[in-house]
Amino acid sequence: MSRVRAALTPYALIFPGGVWLAIFFVVPTVVMLSLSLQSGNVADGFVFTWNWQSYVDGLTNYHDQIIRSLAYGLAATLIQIVIGFPVAYWIAFKGGRHKSVYLFLLLLPFLVSFVLRTISWQFLLSDNGMLLGPLKDLGLLPHDFRVLATPYAVIGGLAYNFLPFMVLPMYVALERIDPRVLEAANDLYANKFQTFIRVVFPLSLPGVFAGVLMTFVPATSDYVNASVLGGTNTTMIGNVIQNQYLVTQDYPTASALSFTLMALLLIGIFAYAKALGTEDVLEVAAR
Amino acid sequence: MTEIQAGAGVAGEATPDQVPAIELDEVVKEYVSHGEVVQAVKGVSMTIGEGEFFSLLGPSGCGKTTSMRMIAGFEEPTKGVVRLHGQDVTNVPPNKRDVNMVFQSYALFPHMNVWDNVAFGLKRKKVPDGEVRRRVGEMLEIVDLVGREKRRPREMSGGQQQRVALARALVNRPRALLLDEPLGALDLKLRQHMQIELKRIQREVGITFVYVTHDQSEALTMSDRIAVMNDGLVEQLAGPREIYERPATKFVAGFIGTSNLLSGVARAVNGSSAVLALGPEDRVIVPIKEAVAEGDTVELTVRPEKIMISTERPEGDLSMVEGTVSEVVYLGTYNSYAVALAGGAEITVFQQNVHDSTTTAERGDTVWLSWQPQHSYALQ
Repeated sequence: MSRVRAALTPYALIFPGGVWLAIFFVVPTVVMLSLSLQSGNVADGFVFTWNWQSYVDGLTNYHDQIIRSLAYGLAATLIQIVIGFPVAYWIAFKGGRHKSVYLFLLLLPFLVSFVLRTISWQFLLSDNGMLLGPLKDLGLLPHDFRVLATPYAVIGGLAYNFLPFMVLPMYVALERIDPRVLEAANDLYANKFQTFIRVVFPLSLPGVFAGVLMTFVPATSDYVNASVLGGTNTTMIGNVIQNQYLVTQDYPTASALSFTLMALLLIGIFAYAKALGTEDVLEVAAR
Repeated sequence: MTEIQAGAGVAGEATPDQVPAIELDEVVKEYVSHGEVVQAVKGVSMTIGEGEFFSLLGPSGCGKTTSMRMIAGFEEPTKGVVRLHGQDVTNVPPNKRDVNMVFQSYALFPHMNVWDNVAFGLKRKKVPDGEVRRRVGEMLEIVDLVGREKRRPREMSGGQQQRVALARALVNRPRALLLDEPLGALDLKLRQHMQIELKRIQREVGITFVYVTHDQSEALTMSDRIAVMNDGLVEQLAGPREIYERPATKFVAGFIGTSNLLSGVARAVNGSSAVLALGPEDRVIVPIKEAVAEGDTVELTVRPEKIMISTERPEGDLSMVEGTVSEVVYLGTYNSYAVALAGGAEITVFQQNVHDSTTTAERGDTVWLSWQPQHSYALQ
């Protein structure tokens, strides 16, 4: 009996998660895939017709927004690496006994709702708001200077909003480095800089890899930052999809665009994994 | 065992043979822990000769690892001077010191294969590629890892990782190799094998080895000289034989092997030896180094295997005490007796199983223990 139970245990463990994923991921994905190939309208209903036209329309009409989204996502991710790595490094190696306090402080702003935080940034950055108003009054900035509705505001918002997802995996990878390995490098004639380049950074790559995945994907498909902080020239593909679903109610085009985005992100991730030599990265990550 | 004396000449002028490989001069290391100053090393001086296999032996927290880390440059002494080949390196960082270390947990670079691990130091020193290839190849041969160049550390057994760590340090031909309990993580068989291997490699490369261990048998087996440390100080610094046969302090006597400690009041003193009063029939003569006056209490130590056990009072100029057997343990190659003396002390005696497996005495028997006076030592 116990052997049967032992054999069944793994399935029992995967069951709740498996059911969850089946209902809330597989079913919607299949529904959306089917929807993207249907034609019709909300009033008369949609019929499955192998209608690939939605994909063609989506790509022709919205390729600007797709490219913009990928560019913004990439820019935000790079900014997060540049800002996040020193933070993760500092907490991991200089945090001492208070590491968890610093991590908590890092996460603290993120206990506030995503949308609310973005709206706060809108207040802060508004044309005559807390930040720009006084600077303009002092004559330090021209009166028509603005941050809102520019790509900088959107990219900045994206970089800010997903920062913990970049810092945490990097921190975990850095924190796991055995300090004796660094001493060994130092003992073997490497100075601080060489130790960083040859040992610390390569060993942190699994964390950077995970961080990029966890920030590039949501940043690229985000629509909140563009709609709250952006303007008409900073529309991202997420805004288009949202608009197609909720305003135009062109479900096939919205679904087709969602799938196109998903496909692009998957291709991007695999290309990225290949370029970094995934096998290696995942191997080290699995240690 | 030649001891190389310090201060043979001014650094730079002296020939390498005359300058000791490593010198610690009144080195103190203090830490601040929870607002309190803790002295990990309380003033240690030692001179380690070129090509010597030197061990720092002691229990955990005795300061042996801290002393080694000061030689490597990972810790800066609070006071005192560290010299490598006559040069003051007290404040020189590890990457500028010509010593390499084998870490307790090996500390191999997990993202590099065996070859890259071993070549790391040479590449940092900008040794030409051809020479790097030749020297790494040679070193992998010495540690018997040819054919495993492409393996990652975690794909290897503990013993193999150990040898990679050794090769990674030795390939740089350091002036001295520091080993921090390098065999601690290995099982007994492999450890014994590696002890012999280490000794062989040391003879082959002729580099000074400084070996930190808490394992007395390891230190006795491999070392030319041993510094026994306790509580931040060196208790005794001598060859293995001397340490074992003539422990200088009570701590050394207790830490190395099994020892019997006895104490008694000096009844008569004649120059180089004292006669101690124990039981009424007992006679204990002990050689003394320092001046002892009649009436002083003298502590002495004698090893269990030096003591003979008999049922009758032995003849001759031996030291002898009377006692009652409280325990007899048969251990194959020898019998171990625990004998309680009238004064309360308990003495352990090892008796080699030379003739047959019968024991001289049984539990409860009254016996005489005797030994040559020169096999006992008065403790400082």
